[in-house]
Amino acid sequence: MPHDHHDHLSPAGHPYRADDDTPLSYWQTMEIAVRELLVEKNVTTPEEISAQIDKMDARSPAIGSAVVARAWVDPEFKQRLLKDGSAASLEMGFDVGPMHLIAVENTEDTHNIVVCTLCSCYPRNLLGLPPDWYKSRAYRSRTVKEPRKVLSEFGVTLGENVAVRVHDSTADMRYVVVPVRPQNTEGLSEAELASLVTRDSMIGTGVARDPSA
Amino acid sequence: MGKQALGNDPFAAGATVRIRHLMPPGHVRAPAYIRGKRGTVERVIAPFKNPEQLAYGLPATEQMLYRIRFSATELWGDLAENPRDFIEAEVYAHWIEPQDHSHAT
Amino acid sequence: MNKKTNGHRWHDMGGQDAGSVPQDQHDFSLWEKRVDALMILASAKGYFTVDGLRRSLEDMGEDAFESMSYYERWIASINQNLIESGAYTLEELGAKMAQVQTRGETYGEASLG
Repeated sequence: MPHDHHDHLSPAGHPYRADDDTPLSYWQTMEIAVRELLVEKNVTTPEEISAQIDKMDARSPAIGSAVVARAWVDPEFKQRLLKDGSAASLEMGFDVGPMHLIAVENTEDTHNIVVCTLCSCYPRNLLGLPPDWYKSRAYRSRTVKEPRKVLSEFGVTLGENVAVRVHDSTADMRYVVVPVRPQNTEGLSEAELASLVTRDSMIGTGVARDPSA
Repeated sequence: MGKQALGNDPFAAGATVRIRHLMPPGHVRAPAYIRGKRGTVERVIAPFKNPEQLAYGLPATEQMLYRIRFSATELWGDLAENPRDFIEAEVYAHWIEPQDHSHAT
Repeated sequence: MNKKTNGHRWHDMGGQDAGSVPQDQHDFSLWEKRVDALMILASAKGYFTVDGLRRSLEDMGEDAFESMSYYERWIASINQNLIESGAYTLEELGAKMAQVQTRGETYGEASLG
């Protein structure tokens, strides 16, 4: 295997957890063996594997944030986004690949939250890899039944007149939430607006940051 | 794919439907908490290959995929946090029956 | 004693009671990123579907969910699917795993870079 440049920092600059000095486990042994067998059998190459790691590293919530910020400033783009999330993302140069993206909008009377109760389906091509909590038993179990209690654990409180709309990602669609644009942000640039859009606000377990806070 | 007039297609957007209350073993994508429950078609999506066949490496036929909306009270009764709340899930056609043709479970 | 079931499978968690949502987040290690890459590449190349992956994860049972990490279960499932699609044999896998284990005590030593 040629020298793999992933040993210290990912291309996106995130440090990998140092596992070079941890005892080799059965499953790590399997990963090495499977990878080498697939290379030996010409299913893939070390370069292709490295490139795929880079590609996944390049996917992060910043992509989703840029799409949301555009939706905030451009109402016609927002309508296109709500109609076809994949096509609208592509307009901005973000190719979400084979993923079918549905964008849903938070309003004064509706708060959206996304879960996959059956496994951990997540719009990874838009937001990067999912957080550990999204894959947890507690989140998968409780979000469809007591979303408001779950939201309060994330620090989000909703009014009684706000409806919670829970999306269970059970099949081929993936979901991104367009959070409410914070007040008093009229003067901000699109890039500044994007910096207010957190990953959790695009899953529905958070709201966009208030720039005055 | 496409919407048809509500009177012609029991599974058009807006139609009231019930999820079949079957409990097979194996890889199915209709979660247990919606089975036997009543909902409305939020939208007709498109045909997709049946995951119940793909999961076993079998040739897969396409099934229309729908988003079905359930009220929190329909699913959880008195345990629903707020009667305004609702839950939407994607369900394949073979798990859905028209409301009129179902028997109560 | 037989445990009774009504057919509600363990992985079908929606609506079940559970504790608070754990907020800790682990950093991804290189081997985990490789597992993810192998999943994407092998499925894109037609060796299995994401549905087959999910089915295998479900069939591993609840004990696996509780005792193995996410990526440990994923490599187990990826391997199961690759065996089923004939990408390699159990004998080849076993021999390769044995050889890998002779290389050293740590992941770094065993993965040759």
